[in-house]
Amino acid sequence: MSASATLVAAVGRRRERSWSLSSLLLALPLAAVLVCFVVAPLISVVAVSVFRYDNFAVIPGFTLENYASVLSSRLTLSLYLTMIRLAAITWAVTLVLGFCVAYFLVFHVRSKLIAIGLFLACTVPFWTSNIIRMISWLPLLGRQGIINQALLTTGVIHQPLGFLLYSDFSVIVSYVHLFTIFMIVPIFNAMSRIDPALFEASRDAGASRWQTMRLVVLPLSKSGIVLGSVFVITLVMGDFYVVKVMSGGSLASVVSAMVDDISTLLFPHAAASAVILLVVLTLLVAGIMRLVDIRRELVAER
Amino acid sequence: MDTAAEITPSPARTVTGHAGAIELAGVAKRFPNGALAVNGINLRIAGGSYCCLLGPSGCGKTTTLRMIAGHEEPTAGEILIDGSNVVGLSPRARGTAMMFQSYALFPHLSVRDNVAFSLRVRGTPRAERYREADQVIEQVQLTEFAARLPGQLSGGQQQRVALARALITRPRVLLLDEPLSALDEFLRLQMRAELREMQRRLGITFVHVTHTQLEAVAVADQVVVMAHGEVRQSSSARGIYAEPRSAYVAQFMGGQNVLRGTVESVAAGIATLRGPGGEGYAVRLGADKALAGQTVEFAVRRDRLSLASSSTVNSITGRVRAIEYQGTFVKMTLTRSGAPDFVAYVDEGAYFRAPVAVGTMASFGWELDEAHLLVSE
Repeated sequence: MSASATLVAAVGRRRERSWSLSSLLLALPLAAVLVCFVVAPLISVVAVSVFRYDNFAVIPGFTLENYASVLSSRLTLSLYLTMIRLAAITWAVTLVLGFCVAYFLVFHVRSKLIAIGLFLACTVPFWTSNIIRMISWLPLLGRQGIINQALLTTGVIHQPLGFLLYSDFSVIVSYVHLFTIFMIVPIFNAMSRIDPALFEASRDAGASRWQTMRLVVLPLSKSGIVLGSVFVITLVMGDFYVVKVMSGGSLASVVSAMVDDISTLLFPHAAASAVILLVVLTLLVAGIMRLVDIRRELVAER
Repeated sequence: MDTAAEITPSPARTVTGHAGAIELAGVAKRFPNGALAVNGINLRIAGGSYCCLLGPSGCGKTTTLRMIAGHEEPTAGEILIDGSNVVGLSPRARGTAMMFQSYALFPHLSVRDNVAFSLRVRGTPRAERYREADQVIEQVQLTEFAARLPGQLSGGQQQRVALARALITRPRVLLLDEPLSALDEFLRLQMRAELREMQRRLGITFVHVTHTQLEAVAVADQVVVMAHGEVRQSSSARGIYAEPRSAYVAQFMGGQNVLRGTVESVAAGIATLRGPGGEGYAVRLGADKALAGQTVEFAVRRDRLSLASSSTVNSITGRVRAIEYQGTFVKMTLTRSGAPDFVAYVDEGAYFRAPVAVGTMASFGWELDEAHLLVSE
């Protein structure tokens, strides 16, 4: 072998090695973040969930009693049922709202610039904190609130409406307010990739507006709908604060039970609940992903 | 619900014996932003013919097509298909189908479902619509790809899907918006022949928008040259190419040299002209009139010139600026002082028997009948 060929081979090898090294370095920050903030906490939660405890301390060991206690409690079941009900209603409302808003922004606003402006306007409420956005509903919905006052003054009602605040209604209103944007963004994204000529092609084939919606727009927005649904459902299932404030303490969520456990130092019990919630949510998301192969949907877009 | 009768082309027959005769009467389109895309055009397209709307970008040809298709409504005028006004009707009620420039195939549907789409929205049962779709897919030779998604097909195959999807509605009129512009040269020639063949077989009207002159004259029975929202000339392909009416059409089609001169005298239907450089021309007037002292334009076919020693009438002399070998002929460009370039298509054999070098002087002459007068606009 000639000297130059050896040199070329050596340079080639070096390049190969430095490539793999730089790839590793590039992957390192994300890996570090995931290990520190996902894997490690998860391991510690799972570990604590099998520890024993008494009134004063957590005792390392192995027991499944915490799980047995959580799973056999009627409270757990009723909390899950409450949250699934709230999540389902919130999901349905945000889906309809999010779909309509995204559809309007993508297909009805002619100027791209105005569409992007309106889209940013949708995010403006997020410049304030969640808590402020939630609390600002109180003066609106209360017994002496603006809505009741207005209805009483105009004579539409003679007794203030009680269901407006500290009820399922007010909780769902807050959820919808807080989470619709998480539905709008992915659907907006999916719809932006739809070629507007498809509407004309559909109309040319004799489809009505409704048929175009059902046979063309809906299937092509599916990936956005699924992503948005995962966001909204997991956000609602993981909530405890909105439920507490907006229901006036009359409702509790799965997570608020954990908060109660933690405040009475029942860490292993709370950890077991957390693991169960994680499993339930993972199964839910896996179920949704089975319905729609999101990875294929995202890759298939040219 | 719709009946099966709607699927077959309308029984209305015109005098030509074919359905799908189109007539535009004073059709204009002004967009909401004030732009006038189409400025009151009148046009007749015979049923069962192949018509090309030809013109540069922004001349209103696509808008005209979309108005016939029912995807734009004219702001003035009437559009008649087989004698009845279709303005305001849906594409389906018009009996038209459109093939979109980007094909606009549904990316989430297989080839078969794309083609069967119009039957699906009509409520045809699945088995029946697939059977019908498969027949059309076979016509465009895509049977082995019927289960694929559009994204898995080549440009040419996607175009056949778009064609099949349009044809399954059995339209009286098929509207094609720059159908060949996304294809490479080889496929373009092949598809252009297939479109023509398809039109002949179906006997329906094809209206085809293009900005390529050779494409238009190759496929069309009728070529309509448009500019600035107006029809400049509408006639047979040969008529457009060989007998352009105006300097614009002559220059746009490219087969002619446009020359100008001042009328010196008219005798026996022949005008004697004097060019700006003092050269003399003789042009037959035909039905046109010309007065002495008037400046007129006339066209001379680039491929009917002979390399000649300069003579006193109907000849041009200039310096050879460029020579391009084109296979069957050689394109020679002459520059003349104070006048536009003059182009000659010289027979390949004739050229190579006596080649001319770039930079030398050359003269071309033509017979009286190869020049014709142009209408000034």
